[in-house]
Amino acid sequence: MKQLNPWPRYYKKDVVTHYCPGCGHGIVHRIVAELMEEMDLGKKAVCVNPAGCAVLAYLYLDIDMLESAHGRGTAMATGAKRVRPDLFVFTYQGDGDLSAIGTAETIHSANRGEHISVIFINNAVYGMTGGQMAPTTLLGQKTTTTVSGRNPRFDGYPLHITDLVATFPGVIYAERVAVNGPAGIQRTKKAIRNAFQTQVDGLGYSIVEVLSPCPTNWKMTPRQSFDWITDVMSKEFPLGVLTDKRQRSEEK
Amino acid sequence: MNKIFMSGNHAFGEAAIRAGCRAYFGYPITPQNELGEYMSENLTKAGGVFVQSESETAAINMVVGASSMGTRVMTSSSSPGISLKQEGISFLAGFQLPAVIINVMRGGPGLGNIAPAQGDYFQATRGGGHGDYRTPVLAPASVQEVADFTYWAFDIADNYRTPVMVLGDGMLGQMKEPVVFPEMKKDFAEKEWALKGRGDGPSRYLASLILDVNEMERHNWMLVRKYQQIARNETRWEEFMTEDAKVIAVAYGTTARIAKAAIKRVRKEGVPAGMIRPITLWPFPGEIMKKTSKNINTFVVFEMSTGQMVEDVRIALEGDARIVFHGRPGGVVPTPMEFARILYREYERETKRTK
Repeated sequence: MKQLNPWPRYYKKDVVTHYCPGCGHGIVHRIVAELMEEMDLGKKAVCVNPAGCAVLAYLYLDIDMLESAHGRGTAMATGAKRVRPDLFVFTYQGDGDLSAIGTAETIHSANRGEHISVIFINNAVYGMTGGQMAPTTLLGQKTTTTVSGRNPRFDGYPLHITDLVATFPGVIYAERVAVNGPAGIQRTKKAIRNAFQTQVDGLGYSIVEVLSPCPTNWKMTPRQSFDWITDVMSKEFPLGVLTDKRQRSEEK
Repeated sequence: MNKIFMSGNHAFGEAAIRAGCRAYFGYPITPQNELGEYMSENLTKAGGVFVQSESETAAINMVVGASSMGTRVMTSSSSPGISLKQEGISFLAGFQLPAVIINVMRGGPGLGNIAPAQGDYFQATRGGGHGDYRTPVLAPASVQEVADFTYWAFDIADNYRTPVMVLGDGMLGQMKEPVVFPEMKKDFAEKEWALKGRGDGPSRYLASLILDVNEMERHNWMLVRKYQQIARNETRWEEFMTEDAKVIAVAYGTTARIAKAAIKRVRKEGVPAGMIRPITLWPFPGEIMKKTSKNINTFVVFEMSTGQMVEDVRIALEGDARIVFHGRPGGVVPTPMEFARILYREYERETKRTK
């Protein structure tokens, strides 16, 4: 009998996950591992992983990995891809990493149109450090540093950095998706496939923002956190393709 | 190769290209702008990669990325920019990745000014960033040494898998002198550790995060053993007229040039002065100073700072000799006459004391 859902080749076996129950990282890791195999990228891929929960991503992804200083992923990926344009280089970053401490690196690597792919996990909170406010925390959302809820008077507003970089000429593909159920997971895989293909085709920069559950820090059950993404978070961060300039790039 | 007339900033760049540097990432800052400009034109001609980054922080992290691929890579800046690079330098040390960092020092703290100074000695020789590590630091005193030491820095970086700093100042960067460059380096050792995609082999990762405290301690002691090896093999200094000296000047870089002129001047007056010039600031050539202090009782430390290297001299001599410090911080470049007066005065004191 043919196994319908085999273990991905570039996903390590026999490891115990450090991610919390209901966390979205494991889902996206698996999607990356599947695409590494399906798109035949695993042998020449280098993943730059962040400081944050996914700092240990090398425990799971069975490809070459480079750990990044907090927020500097796209700078490191720039250095790597520029000297080895033949390799497939992508970053895997969280919202604090990519849109707070690494804002400058994110914006300028996108504006240079670096030929890298960026996977941006947005869970509206600092996960690893215990649930502090992130740039993407929603208004009114309670975190350990906004105990009465995020107040724009003092804490500002949720930052839509993917929408921002999507306006840059050098950003070829940008999409926002959510791992909030089977359909969302399928859409996420498709979006990351498009982003990866953008780099494979030599077109330029691509970014996929994934709204991802953090039940532990949201103080919810996994099921509740899936629903919260659907009912609340995706209202602030609407899903969809933010830019797709692949056609234009091919015409050039 | 023939002698050519070139500025220190350009010489840093040309020597790097000849040493096999194929990637440069940097951000403009005076007084080292000509170095980035030189690389943008000439490194790309040599088939290398040049990126003007959005910040010094980004530049040093691009260096990390390029170095992890096994490429010989360099960045450069001046004092305030070097402060921003410290994060990446610490990561390079933790990852054990080679890289060359040029610091063309200027007056500080803060923005300070754009004149030559030596106020970054502590930052350069004590690691500079967070964590338990050392960075080899080379201190050229002429444009020829800028070329030679930059070339040498790439070999130290690769041989020991460590970031290496070449510490110049605005004077060395801006002045032009005749220089003969080393040959274009062709043979490079294979870097087994470099990431290149797993291919058919096992996957690998470069990480500086070591959560297990015992493993982290092992990593720290392993780094220490590497630093001890660097200290044994790479410590360099120059002795100038020390054979019959009664007063020893200690100075590095631009200050050492001025001290040399001062020594020549006072020797005409019958003052037997000499100099020990540290070429590697870390590892510091302390042993030769200790040895010299068996016969000589007066050491005069000259710096363009308020007194930083003097602490290393104090540590090296362990109280065995009288140490006099004379410094000019803030971008003031002292004159040979000024140093000569100090040497003359200290020799007088020394002879009176021993009578």
